[in-house]
Amino acid sequence: MADPIRDQLDAVYRRESRRVLATLIRLLGDFDLAEEALHDAFRAALEQWPGEGVPDQPRAWLVSAGRFKAIDSLRRRARFDASLTQIADRLYSDSGAGAALDEDVEDDRLRLIFTCCHPALSADAQVALTLREVCDLTTEEIARAFLIPAPTVAQRIVRAKAKIRQAGIPYQVPSRDELPQRIDNVLQVVYLVFNEGYAATSGESLTRHDLCSEAIRLGRLLVELLPDPETLGLLALMLLHESRRPARATADGDLVLLDEQDRGLWNRALIAEGLALVKRIHASRRFGAYSLQAAIAAVHAGAASAAATDWVRIVALYDLLLRADPSPVVELNRGAAVAMRDGPAAGLPLVEALLGRGELQDYPLAHSAHAELCRRLGRNDQARASYLRALELTRQAPQRRFIERRLRELASQPPR
Amino acid sequence: MKYACLIYDDEKLFDAMPKGEVDAILGEYFALSDELGQSGHLLGGEALMPVSSATVVRVRQGRTSTTDGPYAETKEQLGGFFLIEARDLDEAIRIAARIPSARLGSIEVRPVMEFER
Repeated sequence: MADPIRDQLDAVYRRESRRVLATLIRLLGDFDLAEEALHDAFRAALEQWPGEGVPDQPRAWLVSAGRFKAIDSLRRRARFDASLTQIADRLYSDSGAGAALDEDVEDDRLRLIFTCCHPALSADAQVALTLREVCDLTTEEIARAFLIPAPTVAQRIVRAKAKIRQAGIPYQVPSRDELPQRIDNVLQVVYLVFNEGYAATSGESLTRHDLCSEAIRLGRLLVELLPDPETLGLLALMLLHESRRPARATADGDLVLLDEQDRGLWNRALIAEGLALVKRIHASRRFGAYSLQAAIAAVHAGAASAAATDWVRIVALYDLLLRADPSPVVELNRGAAVAMRDGPAAGLPLVEALLGRGELQDYPLAHSAHAELCRRLGRNDQARASYLRALELTRQAPQRRFIERRLRELASQPPR
Repeated sequence: MKYACLIYDDEKLFDAMPKGEVDAILGEYFALSDELGQSGHLLGGEALMPVSSATVVRVRQGRTSTTDGPYAETKEQLGGFFLIEARDLDEAIRIAARIPSARLGSIEVRPVMEFER
């Protein structure tokens, strides 16, 4: 039997629960207390809304219900712990705080993100806490996505909350001079979630779509709250990568490289959204690591084929990226782009010099890239050796199958 | 909240430093503690003599044993501490970042445990 109030309540939960939680954490000053209050508030709604109707401002109703439930629960517990009486009394007399509720709600969501992504927490804890508190994934869902045991995730979250409480990690948007560095940290957490979903480091499937969609959801939220070029850049980058997902794997789950993908399968809606963001970044004339990577992804998205890609532009963008955010992986990608622009013979020395420096010795994609260039140049023995090294380093099943296929192709070719 | 800023330095780095540079760093330390004292952030603090002057004391089964200095050969040694009052961790981090040794070694920021007695 359809239950319209229940459906409405579910919709309110999906739309508002993280906002209500964020505000309750600010009002109550404690994650666990706020989560409990959130549950109590929705339980009260389930009891009262069928009789009284859905209130005009469900979010304000839920915040206020949650706050009073928390005060009740503190007072009940205060019989055993006198210090809680003071907290309950303070919360009760703070009822004026409810008035400024609606204008603060977006700030509350930002506060929640900045607290969950505080650099004083370990990177693992930041990711787990963000997915739990901001995205409302369950501990089990997070555990499944990262292929780790649920108790490990639960422990990370418990420890992170304890550190927030004990170390006095504030629930606030950082001051203007600290903001750029702190935003970087938030973007890094979001990108980590996306990458784990997009290029899972281990496991059976190539992508874990749930993590990608959560990361994109976080990216959209950040763009809404803090529309600076790097935030736009990260969202654009994720959308443009995600647009290729349907073409990245065969029906059997085998990997398809960018130059062999059926571009007709790319998701045009995501590409349009990504390109519009890249345009906005262009207009701002400010470029950072994410916006430059988004610009590179935009060139690919606009090309009809690998051959028709503007590799001159891509190499130029990699040059800028190397200046903005130098790393051996960026150098490797630049080397691959040079090989596309000027031929494999031009790219190979760059990749070899990079491997010679040693930083990428354990990075499977560096050996795959080397193997690929050698293969195209007909240096089959070198190609085979590098593919074998890449295979040793790769834990992810589709990547392994891809390398094994290449090795079989090499074996069936007559030696040159 | 109260925080202890534990200051870790490489003592060898200081030993090898020309006297002028050491004096400049000490000058920075004095200026910072004066400023933090005036703003009410500083509750206390000391610099410690080198690790070579340390003695480790243990009591096991009622017997006191003493040994020369810390055993572990760590690169950085505890060289001093500030006890500060800060609104939250972010303010404590801002203050810790201004301690000269933050540039040379590292500062461990630890909240102080409060007891109700």
